[in-house]
Amino acid sequence: MDAFPKKVPNAKGHFGPYGGRFVPETLMPALIELETAYKKYKKDRNFLNELTLLQKDFIGRPTPLYFAKNLSNTLGGAKIYLKREDLCHTGAHKINNALAQALLAKKMGKSRIIAETGAGQHGVATATGAALVGLKCEIYMGSEDIRRQSLNVFRMRLLDAKVTDVNVGSKTLKDAINEALRDWTTNVQNTHYVLGTAFGPHPYPVMVRDFQSVIGNEARKQILRLEKRLPDCLIACVGGGSNSIGLFSAFLEDQTRMIGVEAGGRGISSGEHAARFAGGSLGVFQGCKSYLLQNDDGNVLGTHSVSAGLDYASVGPEHCYLRDMKRIEYTYATDEKALRAFELLSRTEGIIPALESAHAIAEAVKTAPAMPKDSIIIVNLSGRGDKDVQEVARIKGIAL
Amino acid sequence: MNKIENVFKKLKQTDRKALISYIMAGDPDLDATKKFVAELEEAGADIIELGVPFSDPLADGPTIQRASERALQQGTTLRKVLALVREIRQTSQIPLILMTYYNPVFKFGIEKFVIEAASAGVNGVIIPDLIPDEADDFIAVARQYKLDTIFLLAPTSTLERIKKVVKASTGFIYYVSITGITGAELSINDPMKNTLNLIKDNTNKPVAIGFGISNPEEASEISKLANGIIVGSAIVKRIAGEKDIKEFTRSLRDAI
Repeated sequence: MDAFPKKVPNAKGHFGPYGGRFVPETLMPALIELETAYKKYKKDRNFLNELTLLQKDFIGRPTPLYFAKNLSNTLGGAKIYLKREDLCHTGAHKINNALAQALLAKKMGKSRIIAETGAGQHGVATATGAALVGLKCEIYMGSEDIRRQSLNVFRMRLLDAKVTDVNVGSKTLKDAINEALRDWTTNVQNTHYVLGTAFGPHPYPVMVRDFQSVIGNEARKQILRLEKRLPDCLIACVGGGSNSIGLFSAFLEDQTRMIGVEAGGRGISSGEHAARFAGGSLGVFQGCKSYLLQNDDGNVLGTHSVSAGLDYASVGPEHCYLRDMKRIEYTYATDEKALRAFELLSRTEGIIPALESAHAIAEAVKTAPAMPKDSIIIVNLSGRGDKDVQEVARIKGIAL
Repeated sequence: MNKIENVFKKLKQTDRKALISYIMAGDPDLDATKKFVAELEEAGADIIELGVPFSDPLADGPTIQRASERALQQGTTLRKVLALVREIRQTSQIPLILMTYYNPVFKFGIEKFVIEAASAGVNGVIIPDLIPDEADDFIAVARQYKLDTIFLLAPTSTLERIKKVVKASTGFIYYVSITGITGAELSINDPMKNTLNLIKDNTNKPVAIGFGISNPEEASEISKLANGIIVGSAIVKRIAGEKDIKEFTRSLRDAI
């Protein structure tokens, strides 16, 4: 495979026909300022040392690469390793990016950071970063999500963040992003927007990928140490696509097969899903050109997934590009399959995964049995399931 | 000369400023929009902007967001707004501008959109989430069909951005008075005036100022700074409250 991934994006933030910058002109100077600062600090020794130290002592990196022996034996095929991002401080990979951006915002002289959140994980991670580096913080969250994730709302408030209810549109993640962008447009001089995934206007997709690439860089070293060879297959769930691109980016030039798993919701034919590749078409949404779930008039459709973190109408532009290049395959897991995988991992390994990550486990359940016993799969266990237990109990009709 | 440019030129001869009025097409329905266009023209609007509703209007404040939701609930689409323009053109020749987010245009097909808009009688297009850097295709085909491409500048704009936007714009340059969203509170401060002066130093094209102008006093003050003013949320709010827009528009016209 050629070294093409290093050539994207180009100076305009284009990954082939995807990506770019589709924002109000008011934000352009801020995006250029961010791009300039990011280019400077990603080569700045002091910044990198500071970040590395925080990754180690604050986030708890490197996260283990754990051989899931019981799950592997149960499925009876490939050896399954789990990259334990669920063991990160605050419970998911989101902190890798949020903390790095908070640190960058501080270096840029901003006094305030804002973020959107769906399930609350990125909101908690950003509030945590703000508390650590000493910045004011405001989190936008759809009122529907506030209702479903009251625990995370309280966590953010404990961390001294202001949580603002977004009561327009579908009252979920995409509306929270619109509102965060409106805030940024208004307060651009003193505020940095900590976008939570490898999406949006340039430089976010590349910057978030880079901040999450620590996942793949660690996993590559760990598997070479443990197995003396590269894995045969990588599996990760894809919402906006930051945990997956974080893992995959370190293996793009290898022969390793890679599978991204979208949210199949109640099935593609039901229309109630968030499988952008299976059910979407090319569009421009919230700052970039990508695959989008939209109607014939170009209005964005409502989405559904049991997992709030995958419940989004579009997907990171680099994923579209790598799909076109046939470097990454994309599939989906339905709510039902994800819930079954959620229970399977809990039962066999004593690990309760986030419902997002359960989508990746569901794909391993499908793929592993057909693979030889000595083959290796790495699944990115992007987050832990504590936040989801109430929702799963509700779905199962169990009163807590 | 294109129609929009002509409006500014004619007004300049008598030392007057352009009044550009915005309404959301399809709020509360398309028949009403047609009636409002006639009323705005009668009350002295020089140019009318028709908003095309979109599911995620990220440059708009609550007033226009709600208007957009109401229009979408009525089934208003880009296609239907183009049909409305054809209808309006049977009785009125007032310059019309479509203000739409980029995705409805992109989904419709850029070239197809420009051709149909121009043939329906649209004179210019404003797309708040399309910057000149991403607009090569759109600009090329718009030039061919003589559709004005109006881009935006803001108090945050640097000289480099100003040069780029000024070059890509035809008809006029839309100067956003505040770093913020539509309908926010107006503030006439030094950064706002400084950037405006920088724009004027770099172009002879007309500049119109919008975002946040809500009454005749503000209209009067702002109009002294530019070639025209754009009033949107204040009109949309009146429509939502089922209040008369004719008198209000007349009061703006008299003030500038």
